[in-house]
Amino acid sequence: MTPALGKDLLGLAPLSAEQLRLILDTAEPFKEVSERQIKKVPTLRGMTVVNLFFEASTRTRISFEFAEKRLSADTVNVAASGSSVSKGETLVDTARNLEAMRIDMVVIRHPSSGAAKFLAERIESHVINAGDGMHEHPTQGLLDLLTLRDKLGDLAGKRICLVGDVLHSRVARSNIAGLRTLGAEVAVCGPRSLLPHGVEELGVTVFDRIEAAIEWADALNVLRLQLERMTAGYIPSLREYNRVFGVTSARLARAPRDVLILHPGPMNRGVEIDSDVADGPHSVILHQVTNGVAVRMAVLYLLAGARLAAGAESRT
Amino acid sequence: MSVRPVLLQGGRLLDPSTRRDEIGDLLVIDGRIAAVGGRLDAPDGTEVLDCRGQVVAPGLVDVHVHLREPGREDVETIATGAAAAAAGGFTSICAMPNTIPPTDTQSAVGFVIEKGRQAGFARVFPYGAISVGQNGEQLAQMGEMVAAGAVAFSDDGKPVPNSHLMRTALEYARTFDVVIAEHCEDMALGHGSMNEGRMSAKLGLKGIPSEAEEIDVIRCILLARRTGGKLHLCHMSTKGSVDLIRWAKDQGIAVTAEVCSHHISLTEDAVDGYNTNAKMNPPLRTAADVEALQRGVADGTIDVLATDHAPHHYDEKEREFADAPNGIVGLETALGVNITYLVRPGIISLATLIDRMSCAPARIFKLPGGTLVAGGVADITVFDPDASWVVDPARFKSKGRNTPYGGHTLTGRNTATVVDGRVVFRHP
Repeated sequence: MTPALGKDLLGLAPLSAEQLRLILDTAEPFKEVSERQIKKVPTLRGMTVVNLFFEASTRTRISFEFAEKRLSADTVNVAASGSSVSKGETLVDTARNLEAMRIDMVVIRHPSSGAAKFLAERIESHVINAGDGMHEHPTQGLLDLLTLRDKLGDLAGKRICLVGDVLHSRVARSNIAGLRTLGAEVAVCGPRSLLPHGVEELGVTVFDRIEAAIEWADALNVLRLQLERMTAGYIPSLREYNRVFGVTSARLARAPRDVLILHPGPMNRGVEIDSDVADGPHSVILHQVTNGVAVRMAVLYLLAGARLAAGAESRT
Repeated sequence: MSVRPVLLQGGRLLDPSTRRDEIGDLLVIDGRIAAVGGRLDAPDGTEVLDCRGQVVAPGLVDVHVHLREPGREDVETIATGAAAAAAGGFTSICAMPNTIPPTDTQSAVGFVIEKGRQAGFARVFPYGAISVGQNGEQLAQMGEMVAAGAVAFSDDGKPVPNSHLMRTALEYARTFDVVIAEHCEDMALGHGSMNEGRMSAKLGLKGIPSEAEEIDVIRCILLARRTGGKLHLCHMSTKGSVDLIRWAKDQGIAVTAEVCSHHISLTEDAVDGYNTNAKMNPPLRTAADVEALQRGVADGTIDVLATDHAPHHYDEKEREFADAPNGIVGLETALGVNITYLVRPGIISLATLIDRMSCAPARIFKLPGGTLVAGGVADITVFDPDASWVVDPARFKSKGRNTPYGGHTLTGRNTATVVDGRVVFRHP
């Protein structure tokens, strides 16, 4: 059996439409596992997964941990603070030491772009990128795709706009790659100071005004505006950001159709998104979180499946 | 102790400084070129090098290397750097002052010269720092450093952000008729780890726009115009910089410029996959930039080909891209890269290559060599312009292995290096 995804999941950019659909289709039955009273299947029994988080994370780390536990894997969480990393150990030494304990998978969150790939090239275990710097956050991209597909059906020709700080956003890069591969039309909207130079070359339309983006879109994926962007001089103030780019119910009321609202979290209510939008009828933000567990179960299963199959082959 | 005479026999004597291009012999006695051209007889005991099929040229000069001593002898020493230079065909190298501590006093200059002399490979000429401690504030004691043997001044590794200090340095250096070499970078725009553009957007890496370099290029050009000082622009990387330098030269401003082998051969695509051996500052740019730089070398807008040889310990490069240090080694690949990417495609002739790698840098920095004339110093490089070879970093004389050319096939290879009349390197 050829591994469906290869050894690792580092990003959505390298994946084909078939591979993306396989993950989303695999996630469907896993949704149901989390709805059971006993939320556990034995699929990954005996496998060891290390969640290696070099950056603060609540949602993603817990989501991965639930996914692993519901598949019966043994999990260990390592955070940068309170580990040997804070004593100056390099990433490659951390990884080699973990591997020397015979693990099967590493889920890594790291502030440097390329860190997951760096790790994947140096250890034999499967590596799942849980966010590397400003590069990719593939499982977030997948849960966004799954949520959009749940609500909009086939994504071919659907119009999705990413709103806000695309420059620093790994969520945006994974969304752009995944959505385009599945045939959606993708746009970005935000202050030009928070869009990457050369963003058009990623194959997206650029809207300078949020009003135009709302008029165009079937769905908005509203990115988190980090407070440090103001102190670093990218925007004048959060107040002005809300006034110019905030997704508000007044703006959405003028849309020619219902616009689906996604947000990767954590939200800054009253900055990039108003509370009545976040809590409103077209918000699918909590649906995204639910889908996150299913999508991560699917990824763990597909990567482990390759390993289980390889093990079976080597025994015959 | 006198050295045996050396006869370089039957090579293609190629020296753009005297417009010589002929098959013939060259005889070296007592560190000097005794005779050049025609068939020459050698005295008894002469070491004879068969140079048939080879080019015999004035020794290559690299005006931009980092030798890491003092401070980081684990990464490179003056001796290993000078040995790498000799292996690469360089007879003279200029060592940048950003060591630990920096070369900013006459005693520090003397240390570099003495270590270079002890090593006995390529000649090593120190740069002095423009500012004390390279801190960009107070002018360093240039006069004393010149007296001790400094050949030029630079705060390379970083720019001189204070325009008043840059102006003063250009003015003050006129007394000693030495160049001020600037690492061109607007630091407020320069906080990134690769070229800003399509690839940085894809990889999610913070980019360095072309303007970070070009703003400093035009600033220094205007200050050179104001002061009449000799300005040398290090490691140019963008099309815009070439255009600005072309304009400055048309205006008669005293500016010279260098480009590194990697900037005329590689684009930002080499960074894909987070290759830290393609990380340097200034960064690899786009194909349009590479083409403009190549054209600049051909038409003389760019005077000098250099390496910016920057060894690093492999542990330092073996890490997350944004945290890896800038720079690659170049002394042992530059000749091959330049022949492969400039001469073989017909962008420049071999004679122009030798001008940019030997005659021009020797002239601008007033170093020995750069010419093959009877009575002149015997700094000579012999190379095979057609030899095809595969780069194996494990065989480098340099302690640094950080090269993006590992495994690449290059054409053109140094076969022998003569410094001060002594054969300091022969290809085995």
